[in-house]
Amino acid sequence: MAVTMLAPLAIILVYSFLTRGAYGGVEPPSTIENYMRLRDPVYAAIIFRSLWIAAVATALCLILGFPLALFIARSGNRKNLYLGLVILPFWTSFLIRTYAWMFILRDTGIVNSVLQSLGVIREPLPLLYNNGAVILGLVYGFLPFMVLPLYATLERLDPSLLEAAADLGARPRDTLVRVILPLCAPGIRAGAILTFVPCLGTYLTSDLLGGSKTVLIGNLVQNQFTASRDWPFGAALSLALMAIAIGVLFTVRRRGEELL
Amino acid sequence: MASETVLELRQVSKAFATHRAVADVSLQIPRGAFFSLLGPSGCGKTTILRMIAGFENPTSGEVWLNGECINALPPYQRNVNTVFQGYALFPHLTVQGNVEFGLRHKKGSDDINRVNDVLKQVRLEGKSSRRPSELSGGERQRVALARAIVLQPDVLLLDEPLSALDPQLRKQVRSELRDLQRRLGVTFLFVTHDQEEALSMSDQIAVMNSGSLEQVGTPREIYAQPRSRFVADFLGAMNWIDGIGVRPEAVTITTQGRKAFVIGVTYLGSFCRIEMKLESGETFAAQAPPGSSYTTGQAVCFTWNREDEIHL
Amino acid sequence: MKGRGLALYALAAYAFLHVPLLILAIFSVNSSRFAVWQGFSLQWYRAVADDSNLIESSLNSLIIAIAATAVATVLGTLAAYGLWKRASSWLSGSLYLSLVTPEIVTGVSLLALFQWTFRFLHLRLGMHTVILAHVGFSLAYVVVVVLARLRNFDRSLEEAALDLGATEFETFWRVTLPYLGPAIAAAAMLAFTVSIDDYVITSLVAGVDSQTLPMVIYAMARRGVNPALNAVSTLIVFGLGVLVLLSERLRRA
Repeated sequence: MAVTMLAPLAIILVYSFLTRGAYGGVEPPSTIENYMRLRDPVYAAIIFRSLWIAAVATALCLILGFPLALFIARSGNRKNLYLGLVILPFWTSFLIRTYAWMFILRDTGIVNSVLQSLGVIREPLPLLYNNGAVILGLVYGFLPFMVLPLYATLERLDPSLLEAAADLGARPRDTLVRVILPLCAPGIRAGAILTFVPCLGTYLTSDLLGGSKTVLIGNLVQNQFTASRDWPFGAALSLALMAIAIGVLFTVRRRGEELL
Repeated sequence: MASETVLELRQVSKAFATHRAVADVSLQIPRGAFFSLLGPSGCGKTTILRMIAGFENPTSGEVWLNGECINALPPYQRNVNTVFQGYALFPHLTVQGNVEFGLRHKKGSDDINRVNDVLKQVRLEGKSSRRPSELSGGERQRVALARAIVLQPDVLLLDEPLSALDPQLRKQVRSELRDLQRRLGVTFLFVTHDQEEALSMSDQIAVMNSGSLEQVGTPREIYAQPRSRFVADFLGAMNWIDGIGVRPEAVTITTQGRKAFVIGVTYLGSFCRIEMKLESGETFAAQAPPGSSYTTGQAVCFTWNREDEIHL
Repeated sequence: MKGRGLALYALAAYAFLHVPLLILAIFSVNSSRFAVWQGFSLQWYRAVADDSNLIESSLNSLIIAIAATAVATVLGTLAAYGLWKRASSWLSGSLYLSLVTPEIVTGVSLLALFQWTFRFLHLRLGMHTVILAHVGFSLAYVVVVVLARLRNFDRSLEEAALDLGATEFETFWRVTLPYLGPAIAAAAMLAFTVSIDDYVITSLVAGVDSQTLPMVIYAMARRGVNPALNAVSTLIVFGLGVLVLLSERLRRA
């Protein structure tokens, strides 16, 4: 049994190889030049764009997901059904769900055909291949990641606390702000982490929905390992990405809160 | 000469999908009284409390507070406050934060002083910056009390507030609560299933059974002059013979009287309970001083005073 | 209260989540190539059936998924059990790490790992590397699901078994494992779903000669309008949807 416990450790082991890659890899001489290249404004722009898009997508997921989680938590014995309806689409092929938006938003897609046939516009709107489409795709893809932890926290809320608040004179909106939201904070934090980190490192969404105009960190990394064949730089980028992710994690987590 | 009625229930009923929790209850609660709703679990007393607080709507009937019908008012607009059975303290707020909570919605002049005053009344001054998780059960109960009292409600509703405390603590808290109520002059509506609690604390008791009101009266009235078999049996042990009821403590074992022989002796610390069997086969219980020595099978005589009889 | 408004909002949210896929399904039976409805037709499904590339890659995906699921489920269950018996910060740390790592980083690091070790072993990238990679990332999911079920398990049941004379292995086999049954099945289905759908990691570690279904789909999506893609998508979504439903049913058993 001790042997099998090592299996996930292989994943950690892998990162130590990354370090070597960053300092050499394909070419032996070790250098930190790769990290220096990150200072190049082109790359800095990419990093900031990734952070910005991930932040917006996460915020949107939170704003859109909270009322949904609230609805499910209050739906009595249909809870499992409603929860399932949220989880179900998520588990059926991320790739296809991303493609679905391509189909809808492209120049020959639904939105444009309908608008054109209604005479609202003459030329198709360039809905695809921009930051907005990427954000849309991210929110669509990761909304369940936000809803689940929010729901879990809301569900565990002691209903007598809500009654107590009303008993003491708080109107429903006051109760929401003064009791529900503060007590949901752990769920909000968990949801934010689960959403922000994957959004930051997204590859598919920005590739399919963003086109060549929207290059994010994920795309850049992938590029280094395939077309550009610059593994060391790619490795440096990956570590930078990991560093940001871990940084976010530590800032948002509180002691004693378990994600699992 | 009745004092003013602060809370009135007029033929209130509540039916749920599966059963009828409250059936046609009418009650008048005098201002400033310590009023208890006593009954076994499931008798509807908690439902009545919730209807007064506003968490349930009566299926029929009206709730009147201070001369106004409050049926249509949501909980946050009623001038009643509840001490919940589980206390329902906000875990993310300190003691101070919890007690202050309702003040934000009431025009309060001296809010800070009010809070400190109340904390002093419940002996929690100095603990105002603690969180509920850092308090003992008794302390938490006092925070729940303080939080409700500070808002100066017309009626304070207490839902079995002592049931979560250990027995020793319970006795102590009973007298504290009673003193607090007398000092504040606030009307307390106290729900419990423990008849000893109700008897020791209340000015008046309403006994409930399966959704209906059985009897309302002072503790003495209810104990000594029960108007139904249920009330008699619920308030304490009873002997029934030939349609007459006698409490065991009113039965004396003497040299003359009815004949019986002892079938059981139970030592209970402050007294012994003696179980007897009559020639007619019925059983009867009596109480004897703790030092007495009756043995099983012993033939005895017992009697009781006429005034102690309970006729229904 | 907020009841009705909230319900309306929820309806809109659910529409947002499900309508895009419904649109794909609707247009998969559209006789026109474009997004204008022209009549019912199954021609795209026929095109899918005729596409040997699609069929072959589907088979590859299936093989990979089954193999990876089998291995990941066994290893993951054992790992979860080990973690439950003796909490190890190494184990839970690496578990957490693998869940939080962006896909691209996992993929890239696995690629680097393979390249480095294969230099010594003279191996090349191919189906086997894909399977290994899939085991790598599904492991975490399996552990999470099984661990969750274990957390509800009454330890005293194991103690009772030991007390009655069973060895540690027997106890695991006859007492704990049956209890875990539904969770293991659910975890397996989860691992299967994740494996079938993976694009990012697979595309990095697959060799030239092994194509998986997601890779083919990705190429089709990039190339432009191809209504056969709608048909493929609908089939996959439907199939995986059923699988996920089964998995949830089992998990609650």
